[in-house]
Amino acid sequence: MEKFIPFESRMVTIARDNIDTDQIIPARFLKTISKVGLGDQLFCDWRYDAEGKPKPDFVLNKPETKSCKVLLAGDNFGCGSSREHAPWALTQYGFRAVISTSFADIFKNNSLKNSLLPIVVPPDVHAELLKDPSGTVKIDLASQTLTLASGRHVQFPVDEFAKHCLLEGIDELGYILQQAPAITAFESAHPALIDTRG
Amino acid sequence: MSKPRTIIEKIWDNHVVAERAHAPALLYVDLHLVHEVTSPQAFDGLRTRGLKVRRPDLTIATTDHSTPTTPRGLPIVDKIAAAQVERMVQNAKDFGIHCYPLGSDKQGIVHVIGPELGLTQPGMTVVCGDSHTATHGAMGALAFGIGTSEVEHVLATQCLLQKPSKSYQVLVDGALKPGVSAKDIILALIARIGIGGGTGFVFEFCGSAVRALSMEERMTVCNMSIEGGARAGLVAPDDTTYQYLNGRQYAPQGAKWDEAVARWRQLPTDDGATYDKSITIDAASLEPMITFGTNPGMGIPIRGAVPNPSDITDPLERDSLARALVYMDLAPGKPLLGHAINVVFIGSCTNSRISDLRTAASVLKGRKVNPNVRVMVVPGSQQVKEQAQAEGLDKIFRDAGADWREAGCSMCIAMNGDQLQPGEYSVSTSNRNFEGRQGKGGRTFLASPMTAAASAIAGKVSDVRELL
Repeated sequence: MEKFIPFESRMVTIARDNIDTDQIIPARFLKTISKVGLGDQLFCDWRYDAEGKPKPDFVLNKPETKSCKVLLAGDNFGCGSSREHAPWALTQYGFRAVISTSFADIFKNNSLKNSLLPIVVPPDVHAELLKDPSGTVKIDLASQTLTLASGRHVQFPVDEFAKHCLLEGIDELGYILQQAPAITAFESAHPALIDTRG
Repeated sequence: MSKPRTIIEKIWDNHVVAERAHAPALLYVDLHLVHEVTSPQAFDGLRTRGLKVRRPDLTIATTDHSTPTTPRGLPIVDKIAAAQVERMVQNAKDFGIHCYPLGSDKQGIVHVIGPELGLTQPGMTVVCGDSHTATHGAMGALAFGIGTSEVEHVLATQCLLQKPSKSYQVLVDGALKPGVSAKDIILALIARIGIGGGTGFVFEFCGSAVRALSMEERMTVCNMSIEGGARAGLVAPDDTTYQYLNGRQYAPQGAKWDEAVARWRQLPTDDGATYDKSITIDAASLEPMITFGTNPGMGIPIRGAVPNPSDITDPLERDSLARALVYMDLAPGKPLLGHAINVVFIGSCTNSRISDLRTAASVLKGRKVNPNVRVMVVPGSQQVKEQAQAEGLDKIFRDAGADWREAGCSMCIAMNGDQLQPGEYSVSTSNRNFEGRQGKGGRTFLASPMTAAASAIAGKVSDVRELL
């Protein structure tokens, strides 16, 4: 996993609550057996018309939002399915952080495993961000600081272990594999309840 | 005396492998369910790292999501879907995992076959790369959806790094009235707490109304926990659970059964245990529920009116509702009852079990579906299909004018050929009404199998109680 370094970017704002994973990436694109190539399908049904042409009024199709790395969205972002294709599509488009007042649990977990930082801000900060929807923000994970265009610094919460993994570019599986002796000991003490092969 | 614990805490405590400072706990997984859509990238990850599946004996695979529900002899028309389905079979073979593939008499929706085969058992931790894994909580298991990275973790190590969730008691007391079902309990809960109301929590469904539910009805309730934001929802095991499980293919037998039941009887929440949050629902006051909008929290009683955005003060909430009404092409303040529909879908991991089909058939028996409505009845598994056919339910559906299909996720997820056309309205027994969920531009009203069947006959949103 790529190390998460501090950065500055203008925001793309989709001021809607409850943006579900079916909007982030519709299910018909989940037939792929690959992780890549999903960036073009991000927000597909909001982004393209029936002929597949970009809708000029959708924010991701505006020239000024190209290369923006931060998405500002409404409450409960990423609700719905467990598809990791959602953070894959967001990161392949170029996003590295999403700011909201809350995130759905599974989406948040999936994002943290893909170097996509979910940043939870309180409602007053969210309201300030919405007033300048294409404003520039700075994100520093090490100090857990979001700096608004106004210069206001806001601390955001992040799980200690996830933060460590993001900053160091550590993949969780490697960490779990190191604990093989504990897993073996647990298995010895807890005989299997089923055998799916039998 | 040790501190009183909830069933959620007990299952958690029984599965902690290791706890290190500055890291989440390592939690053991008793059952891992795998399907074609969220696993191929995980298996590729194992190959890249040169890893094996640690416990193929605790892992089971099937195909359901991108799997067509057309007659099994026919090839899969969609080449991309066909490749994905084939890849599941190949991955299962390469990694020594038992798979119930397309064509198997035990294939089906992963959340239907787990309980049906007796794989899901009380006290287990169950995971799957699918958010409706919560379904298995009906058996008294801690069951939750995971992403593909975590699928890879479980394949490789049988463990996950996890933090305990908070507990949310959903107490449903009283008796349901005729025409009101398990689906209406969960739709009513989500309408009350909203789709983010359970974020960070695990639901424990309890109370006399929950105790009175059959196992399959409990599965319907637990299934939609995620629609209330909770990754998991469960019901403590009781005699209903043991009667359901006893004799199933993978359930313990003989002396092992007795030992297991004795162990399972220790699972229910202790007297005096506390929850982080609670809500009470009066079952007797519930009515058949239906959703009008573009998330499952946008639900109303069947005779209720579509709410008005101008009554909402929060700007983003108001905007959500206004957008939903534009997408659904509905006017605020008007009832949904009587709204014309194009399609009825009876199926999905929420409502495709034999009791769901029996209920729908009891409404459709001797009646005809409205000629303007396309009605699809999709059993959750091939075993459900066989059972339904043995009972003659398929004939009732066909005689009524409904399409009787093979097992799969079908029109719940619209990635398998079964889908709405743009602008079409459905009454659907599935779990999500998000924009485009049942096909791009499609509009979904979520409801119970009874409401769906009644609406199929009338060709419009209907109150089943008029037919009872």
